Amino acid sequence: MSTTKSIPAQQSGEKSTSGENLLEVEDLQVHFPIRQGIVFQRQIGAVRAVDGVSFQVKPGESLGLVGESGCGKSTTGRAVTRLLEPTGGTVRFDGEDITHKKVASMRAARQNLQMIFQDPYSSLNPRHTVGTIIETPMKLNGINPEQGHKKRAQELLEIVGLNPEHYNRYPNEFSGGQRQRIGIARALALKPKLIVADEPVSALDVSIQAQVVNLLQDLQREFGLAFLFIAHDLAVVRHFSERVAVMYLGKIVEIADRETLYSRPQHPYTHALLSAVPEVDPDGADNRERIRLTGDVPSPINPPSGCRFRTRCWKAQDICASEEPPLVQLIGSADGHQAACHFPEVKQVVAPEEIPAAPASAAE
Amino acid sequence: MAIELSPQSVDVNPASSFLEVRDLRVHFPTEDGLVKSVDGVSFSLEKGKTLGIVGESGSGKSVTSLSLLGLHKGSRARVSGEVWLDGEELVGMTEAQMRALRGQKVSMIFQDPLSALHPFFTVGSQIAEAYRVHHKASKKEAHERAVEMLKRVGIPQPERRAKDYPHQFSGGMRQRAMIAMSLVCDPELLIADEPTTALDVTVQAQILDLIRDLQEEFGSAVIIITHDLGVVAEISDDILVMYGGRRIEYGSVHDVLKAPEHPYTWGLLQSMPHLGGDVSQRLNPIPGSPPSLINLPSGCAFNPRCAFKDQVADGRCLSERPELLPVLDSDKHIAACHLTGDAKAEIRSASARGTK
Amino acid sequence: MTRYLIRRLLSAFTVIAVVSLVTFLIFFALPSDPAVLACGKACTPDRIAAIHHSLGLDKNIFVQYADYVTGFFAGRTIGDGANAIHCAAPCLGISFHDDSNVWDTIWGRFPADLSLALGAAVVFMVVGVALGLAAAVRKGKLVDKFAVGLALFGISTPIYFSALVLQFFFVDKWQWLPAPNYTPITQDPAGWFQGLILPWAALVLGSMAYYTRLTRSTALDVMGEDYVRTARAKGLSRGKVILKHTLRSAITPIVTIFGMDFGALIGGSAIITETAFGIPGIGQLAVQSVLNVDLPVIMATSLFAATAVVLANVLVDVVYGIIDPRVRYA
Repeated sequence: MSTTKSIPAQQSGEKSTSGENLLEVEDLQVHFPIRQGIVFQRQIGAVRAVDGVSFQVKPGESLGLVGESGCGKSTTGRAVTRLLEPTGGTVRFDGEDITHKKVASMRAARQNLQMIFQDPYSSLNPRHTVGTIIETPMKLNGINPEQGHKKRAQELLEIVGLNPEHYNRYPNEFSGGQRQRIGIARALALKPKLIVADEPVSALDVSIQAQVVNLLQDLQREFGLAFLFIAHDLAVVRHFSERVAVMYLGKIVEIADRETLYSRPQHPYTHALLSAVPEVDPDGADNRERIRLTGDVPSPINPPSGCRFRTRCWKAQDICASEEPPLVQLIGSADGHQAACHFPEVKQVVAPEEIPAAPASAAE
Repeated sequence: MAIELSPQSVDVNPASSFLEVRDLRVHFPTEDGLVKSVDGVSFSLEKGKTLGIVGESGSGKSVTSLSLLGLHKGSRARVSGEVWLDGEELVGMTEAQMRALRGQKVSMIFQDPLSALHPFFTVGSQIAEAYRVHHKASKKEAHERAVEMLKRVGIPQPERRAKDYPHQFSGGMRQRAMIAMSLVCDPELLIADEPTTALDVTVQAQILDLIRDLQEEFGSAVIIITHDLGVVAEISDDILVMYGGRRIEYGSVHDVLKAPEHPYTWGLLQSMPHLGGDVSQRLNPIPGSPPSLINLPSGCAFNPRCAFKDQVADGRCLSERPELLPVLDSDKHIAACHLTGDAKAEIRSASARGTK
Repeated sequence: MTRYLIRRLLSAFTVIAVVSLVTFLIFFALPSDPAVLACGKACTPDRIAAIHHSLGLDKNIFVQYADYVTGFFAGRTIGDGANAIHCAAPCLGISFHDDSNVWDTIWGRFPADLSLALGAAVVFMVVGVALGLAAAVRKGKLVDKFAVGLALFGISTPIYFSALVLQFFFVDKWQWLPAPNYTPITQDPAGWFQGLILPWAALVLGSMAYYTRLTRSTALDVMGEDYVRTARAKGLSRGKVILKHTLRSAITPIVTIFGMDFGALIGGSAIITETAFGIPGIGQLAVQSVLNVDLPVIMATSLFAATAVVLANVLVDVVYGIIDPRVRYA
């Protein structure tokens, strides 16, 4: 099935014209220094939260970033939006290098690059009305819509499915799902090209989750928005993102279009991840292969040498400790499918399922 | 000897099942009105079996489980109904009697192990404390027991880790420690309130495996409360779907997930994406949001969000509360919906045509 | 832990050094000239200059500060000729007012000061926390209302008033207690205790309220925590849940406030109580020195207060580390 020979990755070194990609992240590193000392604090190490991550997002495309807590996916999102200062690498947005740009001088990028946060309760200022929350970014960025700020804010409320008359209400008068909609309206206010959505639905109830996912999908289609969609729920990421990258301990271990990644994953970590997702189908649970990881994710302060996954990998050999596997495309695998493994193997973990059509076809 | 079908039935006989809950109600008086968190819930559970209670936030699933042990918040809560555990009735028990059960015969695991473990005491001492509450044991014996339990739940170097504090554990390890603590007295009933919600998916799989293994080993009954239908499908025998503090569907996992009878259960299943699902298909969310527990909609509590209420004659969904009725050809599958079997069959085939 | 302590002590030392310099600069830059006060009405410029010289006030202020610091660690001789007084280390100067050694004065008052502060602090901490805890456990019940009411009463009654009332009833009217005064504990422990009961009571009344209220609110928060629910789910008795699991967490913010209060009390903030009951503490000394424009004493009492507060805070940090393992390795 699979071949273990690999061809070098078509990394961004293949100078994809920057007109093609909206966001280009190359070898991004975010390290948090650890300091110690009695009088003078000297750096004795670093938490290597993100350690050499490269990916691109095309206009209108959604790239999913999955991984478990501590893998660096949220840090990546924050570094891309420059809420965190990258330690190394470059972030290029819309043709402009914004890696170390002063926040004041990146107004344009700021407008086009917005963020939606996980917690709809703490990401809205409880003392501001919904109207103020949505208008403020417009005013700060000197955007004066023809119809005026208030009209525009009300329009946005309508777009995200809220009642425009609720313009003067405060966040605490809304439910979690509605607050997330307010957060989305705020992000839309600047007509961005890319939205970094950090776990946008994981704090919501299942039924509300679907509402918000649908809303984001509608917006993506309607406004041609690109997304960097960060989430730990593999099914949601698959549903929302055309391409998906899997992160482990600060690195991307596998990246592919969603069809390939979920049906023909190559990296053992992806196998383990997919096999761990509980399936609703009560029969399906038994005939799936169960891969159970043991132990914990190692510390990002002192990650394992070579392949970072080797300490928990059932395939690990000596080479895994000595040599770091590059993120490359296997011969014969789908275009753009790259995996970082010395012993990649195509494995079908998720059965192509006929949806347990909720009102099932069985009749009484 | 009755499977409880209607919440109204009042039966003073001790139950035949290991755990039998009958018409449990937990009401909290507040300034805004009476919050009916749990309103007439009944279910039964045998030893060695697992019941999954499913629902959204505010459906009453957590309060149900907490009230079994009298652990719900608010001393002014009004609890009524019956809870029979191994021939003993729990609702009328004194605090002291209840305390003797807690941690001993019935124990609990909570959602977030970081906040559920005391940050200032070592993991080992917290487990040992749970043991010493119910056993006359020296500190040393209890500590040894704690180490043994940590080992049993798969924590490496248990002697050393017992001396660590919760913040020095990883999320998965903390939940293992929590499980060790809840099993230290060999409970016969284990209640797990969202035990894996705060955990990563690979860790969740480990913890579910662990709970299943331990259940086999100790033969205890398990109630697992979750919003994740996948978790229920993995681990449960029976499933109870709650909405607005009431039961709306109850049956074996196979029956309920394969042939759901209530539009809310349909909605839950359709609103979540699946790993192998068709990505071109939009998710089918349940519109609106969960109801207020003070002013439940009249009739069927789900009616404002239900797409099929027009298919029931005379607007009964708005005026008449549907009873839990047995589903045909099934021994214990019950659901509370006014839709007729024919109407449901039609909806199903229409939906099946739509998805194919 | 040791590293942490060393770091804390070093930074405490720095704070005290900065405080001493700033106090020195401020007080010695004051417009009131001690020499003018010392030389009286018939004063000639020559005489003032002479006094300046003998006090060392004619030197550059930083040189003066250096002398002061050197004096503290090595002792020094103040004035010259026949008026020279040797001031042994630790030297905080010689009072302008009565030529007494300032260090000896402070040290002499320290036992009274400590007795008052320590006794009162222990009582208001213990009783305040106990009342607050009881109020939290019985929220909305009689105990709660009593505790909150008492707290309100304590906060709103000024000490000079409660001192008078206490003295009137317990000493004058009922004669249950001797007139409040300070007797060293080494001389007469019973007398020491009896003489301090009323001063303690007055201080406790004023401060306990904060502890009651703070304990009540933090305990209520903690009782809502998941781990308290876990403790109950284990089958622990109510008493254990409250005294072990709840109190252990609720006490942390109280320790912080207590450290600062206690430091300030030792540093002389009990001045009203000292004055009302005639206890010879540091607070009184500070006020007298200000009235006398006795710069060395002002300087010394300020430094003493700063040191007390800073050390109390270091102590709080150490206690904090013992209570909360999460900050131990920070």
